[in-house]
Amino acid sequence: MTHLGYLIAGWGIALGTFAVYALSVVRRGRDPARRVPAERSRWLTAPGADAGNRG
Amino acid sequence: MTETMATNGTTTGSRGSRVLGAATLLGLATLLLFAFGLTEADIRLHPTTGEEIGQFDAVRLLYLHVPLAVFTYVAFVLCAFASAGYLIRRTPWFDTMAHAAAEVGTVFCGLVLVTGSIWGRPVWNTWWEWGDVRLMTTLVLFLMFTGYLALRRATVDPRAAARRGAVVALVAVLDLPLVNRSVEWWENRTLHQKSTLGELKIQDLTLFTLMLGFLVFGLVLAWLLLHRFRVGWLEREDAEHGIAADIAERRAAIDEGDVDAAVGEGT
Repeated sequence: MTHLGYLIAGWGIALGTFAVYALSVVRRGRDPARRVPAERSRWLTAPGADAGNRG
Repeated sequence: MTETMATNGTTTGSRGSRVLGAATLLGLATLLLFAFGLTEADIRLHPTTGEEIGQFDAVRLLYLHVPLAVFTYVAFVLCAFASAGYLIRRTPWFDTMAHAAAEVGTVFCGLVLVTGSIWGRPVWNTWWEWGDVRLMTTLVLFLMFTGYLALRRATVDPRAAARRGAVVALVAVLDLPLVNRSVEWWENRTLHQKSTLGELKIQDLTLFTLMLGFLVFGLVLAWLLLHRFRVGWLEREDAEHGIAADIAERRAAIDEGDVDAAVGEGT
């Protein structure tokens, strides 16, 4: 196979970046998920989620 | 609340997102099998000299690079729609979605630049070409959305951050048509070729693998957006819940202080 180094670098960087980013997003959500009451943790169930001027 | 949307209370995951994640991983494995095992390298014969020409195995990077570029567009267009929605409706859903789409889109856009550069070295014999219009407009797009994320971090007031971010996103997204049409409008100032898909210059297994790449990176985008949106929503609720709890605690302390004062006066 030609250009093997480029292929490994390209695919490796892309898949590695996605893996690291996905893990960081999941970890970032853990602390607030513990603190926020269950009924407010999703926009579908949060009271007043469609109200304007909340941020 | 349906089971699909429910969580175990300590993560951003749900049954639906786990199914989506499993489908994404399965799709990635299948894409790797097709990209590296089942498709052929791009080798053609020169019509006059008979010399072997083409991209050879570097073509396998395009199963990654092209879908990443397309879903960068999707993420930033979603960010622009959500930003416009926020400016009109001022609801947290739009702002949270705009922020999530901008962050995920910036990751995709950065990878488009990196994978394009890695592909360009063996095929164009250069890592980067400052005069190439598509490269420069894509770099400008990346820098503008990096600026968007920096602006949101730097602004303390969440309402001001949402409002300013929405305006920046709507300006930044104006670069997207320039990126997309640059190969048509400035065809002499780019190394990029015109749309290969539009003129159907590729076919059979190569076309199928490219389509599979679109499906798989579409799933990657969906999974990342879903989780990043949930993180943004939880952080917002956490901040509001924390402030509400602080106010309630302060009020209780004041009320208690009044009672103590009243008791003190009476005795």
